[in-house]
Amino acid sequence: MRRRVIFRGTALPLLLLAPQLAVTAVFFLWPAGVAVWQSVLQQDAWGLRTEFVGLRNFAEVLADPDWRAAAWNTAVFSAAVAGLAMGAALVLAAQADKSIRGARAYRTLLIWPYAVAPAVAAVLWLFLFHPSIGLIGRALNANGIPWDTRLNGGQAMALVVLAAAWKQVSYNFIFFLAGLQAIPKSVLEAASIDGARPVRRFWTIVFPLLSPTTFFLLVVNLVYAFFDTFGTIHALTGGGPGKATETLIYKAYVEGVQNTNLGSAAAQSVILMVLVIALTMVQFRFVERRVHY
Amino acid sequence: MATLSVEGVTKSFGATRVLHGIDLRVSEGEMIVVVGASGCGKSTLLRIVAGLEEPSAGRVRIGGRDVTELEPSDRDVAMVFQNYALYPHMTVERNMAYGLRIRGLPKPEIARRVREAAELLGIAGLLDRRPRQLSGGQRQRVAMGRAIVREPALFLFDEPLSNLDARLRVQMRAEIRRLQRRLGVTSLFVTHDQTEAMTLGDRLVVMHAGHAAQVATPMEIWARPADTFVAGFIGSPSMNLLEAVLAEEGRAARLRAGPVLRFADGPRPGPEGRRLLVGVRPEHLRPAGADEAQALDVSLDLVEPLGSESVLHGRVPGGEALTARVAGALPAMADGLRLAIRPAEAHVFDAESGLRLDAVG
Ligand SMILES: Nc1ncnc2c1ncn2[C@@H]1O[C@H](COP(=O)(O)OP(=O)(O)O)[C@@H](O)[C@H]1O
Ligand SMILES: [Mg+2]
Repeated sequence: MRRRVIFRGTALPLLLLAPQLAVTAVFFLWPAGVAVWQSVLQQDAWGLRTEFVGLRNFAEVLADPDWRAAAWNTAVFSAAVAGLAMGAALVLAAQADKSIRGARAYRTLLIWPYAVAPAVAAVLWLFLFHPSIGLIGRALNANGIPWDTRLNGGQAMALVVLAAAWKQVSYNFIFFLAGLQAIPKSVLEAASIDGARPVRRFWTIVFPLLSPTTFFLLVVNLVYAFFDTFGTIHALTGGGPGKATETLIYKAYVEGVQNTNLGSAAAQSVILMVLVIALTMVQFRFVERRVHY
Repeated sequence: MATLSVEGVTKSFGATRVLHGIDLRVSEGEMIVVVGASGCGKSTLLRIVAGLEEPSAGRVRIGGRDVTELEPSDRDVAMVFQNYALYPHMTVERNMAYGLRIRGLPKPEIARRVREAAELLGIAGLLDRRPRQLSGGQRQRVAMGRAIVREPALFLFDEPLSNLDARLRVQMRAEIRRLQRRLGVTSLFVTHDQTEAMTLGDRLVVMHAGHAAQVATPMEIWARPADTFVAGFIGSPSMNLLEAVLAEEGRAARLRAGPVLRFADGPRPGPEGRRLLVGVRPEHLRPAGADEAQALDVSLDLVEPLGSESVLHGRVPGGEALTARVAGALPAMADGLRLAIRPAEAHVFDAESGLRLDAVG
């Protein structure tokens, strides 16, 4: 049952919306507007002269091999983070859904990582995987597996993926668990009487019934990997070694803050903004339409 | 098609014992209805047969094969759930074909079986719909169809009609009976509704608090209930149970309400004064003439006219409640009337154990 509360007049609704609108205006609309404005300007090296250059910043960014490499890194990184975080969360949620005893403690433990700040989480992972002082890093090296995330780009990428995914597992877990618990038990029982064994049941019944949750989480995880992992990467690898873990958001930061190339950084930010808007729109479209069986 | 035997099955959830040793033998093609009040363990018994619950003790055999340790998927049974449990993301056709696809039947065979079952159930026009686009009655049919196409050894029904409205329930009841006869599949049907039980079952299992109180045909159960629980549970309105003691060297019962009832079929065992309960169905009470000595003086407190008959609610001397069904309408709103018991239609139970007492010799 849905009840709708209707406000009369416009003053009260506006008043109630005002704080949210103000926050959005100050922290999103204004900087976004500035970014869009900056993206069509170019400053000279000394910051003395600014000229209007139209879409030239965009053309340069898109043609830049470094930017393309970062785009590729982002694709790999996001896919790996979303896949790992969702896969792990689904496995854990399936276990929590089954077990009764100790389930509460298990759930609470799983939810903790979400409360840990990205930089703190990163330090934790750094301590684990540091080649000379890290528990796992040292063990790997001692066992003849050369491990150094400061030298090996692939290993560095694996580390940031691991750290970023770990933080997102809790969030995914909660949603998957809720999704699993919403599946009527009798439907699974009907399937098992129909002859389906657990693996088959999972792929033909559970997974399809979870698809709205999975799709929602996919978008959330991609947005997270695109935008919310700056702190993790910054603390763990700083985008290195070389540019092996430099993602688009990290590159925009390097361009704007370290290289003070504001025009290019702004253009990159605008591209990212368009990306997230596109993702969100896809999500809205799908939530409204299919995926709900 | 197969036989089913349940041998000494018990079930406890933690410290709570839900089934206390159920024994049941179902022959090929027979329809057995398990009936009992809510919470008496009917579903648990059915789920143990399906393999969805493990018995604490006892064995289950289907077609002579011991399936106690087998998974539900290996038992070759089909089940219709109370909430239908259709796969919400699949079309009706896919729902029905699911079990067959898992068994790897050839496509044309699957299509044939689904089509035949759909036609049999009158849902051929719904094959492309999803469950949420169906009415309750249609979902019920799909659930039946999903069971039928499997051509299983055993059908299990867990209150499949209780979510339907009254008219549809009566209609589906008849349909299930026809289908079951036609397909000849051994069936176990669970319900809390005694009318459903009486009309559907070749034999009934009347369950009471985890025991099978009686296993017999509907008419046997109605005519010779094994104990006071069965007596009160089967039949509507419920059988009257009146306190009495054994009298006249076992040949009669002296009711607390007054009259002495001489048994039609011979003496009951036990000492003079043994405490009894005498059962009389409401329809077996008849208005007594003024000159009849052994009649009940009933003070009425409610009369329900039902057209062809009236249901009377009242009290006998001593305060026990009594319900009677008499033909036609009462001539006037009487405060009381005299009702007589036909001895041949009286049931005698031991008051202590509640068990039926039959005539000796
Ligand atoms: N999984 C379970 N855990 C604990 N108790 C249960 C479980 N399933 C059933 N019970 C209990 O067993 C009793 C019988 O249940 P059930 O077989 O569903 O009754 P019915 O189908 O006759 O209404 C009930 O008291 C119920 O609370
Ligand atoms: Mg039940």
